[in-house]
Amino acid sequence: MSETTVPAAVSLAPTAERPATRVALIALTLTLLVVLLLLPLIVVLTEAFAHGIGPVLHALADPDALAAIELTLIVAAISVPVNTICGVAAAWCIGRFRFRGRSLLITVIELPFSVSPVISGLVWVLLFGANGWLGPWLDRMGVRIIFALPGLVLATMFVTFPFVARTLIPLMQDQGASEEEAALTLGANGWQTFWRVTLPNIRWGLLYGVLLCNARAMGEFGAVSVVSGHIRGVTMTMPLQVEALFNDYDWVGAFTMAGLLSLLALVTLAVKAFLEWRIGRPRGGLL
Amino acid sequence: MYGAGTRHQTSGIMRKSALPGFAPSISVTLAWVGLIVLLPLTSLAVRPWTLGLTGVWHSITEPRVVAALRLSFGTAALAAAINVPLGLLTAWVLVRYRFPGRNLADSLIDMPLALPTAVAGIALAALFSPRGWLGSLLQAIGIKVDYTPLGILVALIFVGLPFVVRTLEPVIMDLPRDAEEAAATLGATRIQTIWRIVLPSLGPALIAGFGAALARGVGEYGSVIFIAGNMPMISEIAPLLIVIRLEELDYAGAAALGLVMLLVSFAILILLNLLQARMARRAP
Repeated sequence: MSETTVPAAVSLAPTAERPATRVALIALTLTLLVVLLLLPLIVVLTEAFAHGIGPVLHALADPDALAAIELTLIVAAISVPVNTICGVAAAWCIGRFRFRGRSLLITVIELPFSVSPVISGLVWVLLFGANGWLGPWLDRMGVRIIFALPGLVLATMFVTFPFVARTLIPLMQDQGASEEEAALTLGANGWQTFWRVTLPNIRWGLLYGVLLCNARAMGEFGAVSVVSGHIRGVTMTMPLQVEALFNDYDWVGAFTMAGLLSLLALVTLAVKAFLEWRIGRPRGGLL
Repeated sequence: MYGAGTRHQTSGIMRKSALPGFAPSISVTLAWVGLIVLLPLTSLAVRPWTLGLTGVWHSITEPRVVAALRLSFGTAALAAAINVPLGLLTAWVLVRYRFPGRNLADSLIDMPLALPTAVAGIALAALFSPRGWLGSLLQAIGIKVDYTPLGILVALIFVGLPFVVRTLEPVIMDLPRDAEEAAATLGATRIQTIWRIVLPSLGPALIAGFGAALARGVGEYGSVIFIAGNMPMISEIAPLLIVIRLEELDYAGAAALGLVMLLVSFAILILLNLLQARMARRAP
């Protein structure tokens, strides 16, 4: 008769929550996610279109808005490729070789993630600002870094520095070097091995890192805010333009620009979900 | 996993490898790390001391600075503490349960990281303004969020949640089910099992998530300044005070405040790491 008592014991001592508890927890979680994470996104759209589509188009055609969009694209177009090339180089030496100071190097590469955005901008002002180390000398040379494009690029590069390396290092370690060693044994040279074997193997991970790097580069606010000088139409990136318009009480303008950046965020999340479906979520994947 | 058997120890910096390209790649990496990370951070470490030791002490013990540091660390710690149960619930539901929309919900978790902070900032400010959707509801029951420290807390809960969820998810996924089954077989109720078996083994991950959310919250700027009101001594966060010091051309004061923020953050993270290691050793 023991057979009849076993199911009873199992149902008394469950290894999962009761169905009613499950439903309640799922409902609670979804409510939390909608109120905390989705509502801000919806507000951006409703505020932008509060007076219909006309003012939105008008805000988009504004010369300062267009200049901000252009500047944001330029900053990303410089900082993302540089960080990508250097990130691949870092992943190659850290992921393929063992050397002294290797884990220290990983720590230093990840350092910018634990530095406040404002401090990430501040450090460049301390170096190149009017009262900075090299500021007076640069001034005599007629070179502007702070309150100009180079400062924006440097601040953005500091903030987005770890993304590519951080995604690639664990990926390359997991893959191991056997395929590359086989290619070399078969007579390929170093570059051929890299282009034909390594790059195809890491391409999705690389894309993942570049995607996150680009999203942060285009959306960065604190660091660029410190080095920008807020010259309208000249040193205002899109996030800075959002702030300026919001402080001018131009809500439609601010939320229109914010809407464009939200679109960027949504596209980033969609591509990220696609890449995670292809390769799984990389270990160092925090955006 | 690491290219086993292909390398053997030699003298010098690197162990010998069959692969080429170590010298150029390490050179590029070191130059890049040096110029973009270490050189600027050195200037942060050096600049404050142009004030002299007593000057630095005066600069960072000024009441407005102390109030800003207390506010930044206090609200960040509180927001991280609130995010621990919220994140645990979210991660548990997303990992253990299957329901329609689960994948979408999981992608949504990263929203605060993907959304530029200035966008989050003005959206939260609009949401919690007295005319906003949530602000008008809260005003009806006498709670004012915008232009108060409560607004800072809301913004930091928003930006911190993904750190707790993303730290917990892989750990919950790897949780051995047999311990839960054993407890259940021995007659433990589900609540007893979760309290005595599941939570202790999640302990280190909960602390890691708390630490990551805290570290992010202390330095957060864009999502906070629009909702905070930024009144000195009351709702002025430390990163904003750095910006103000820079505008006053007080570089050394700004650097001193930045250095204190960074050092205190690192000290907290090291302490949490030690606590985590200790818990991991004691875990069942």
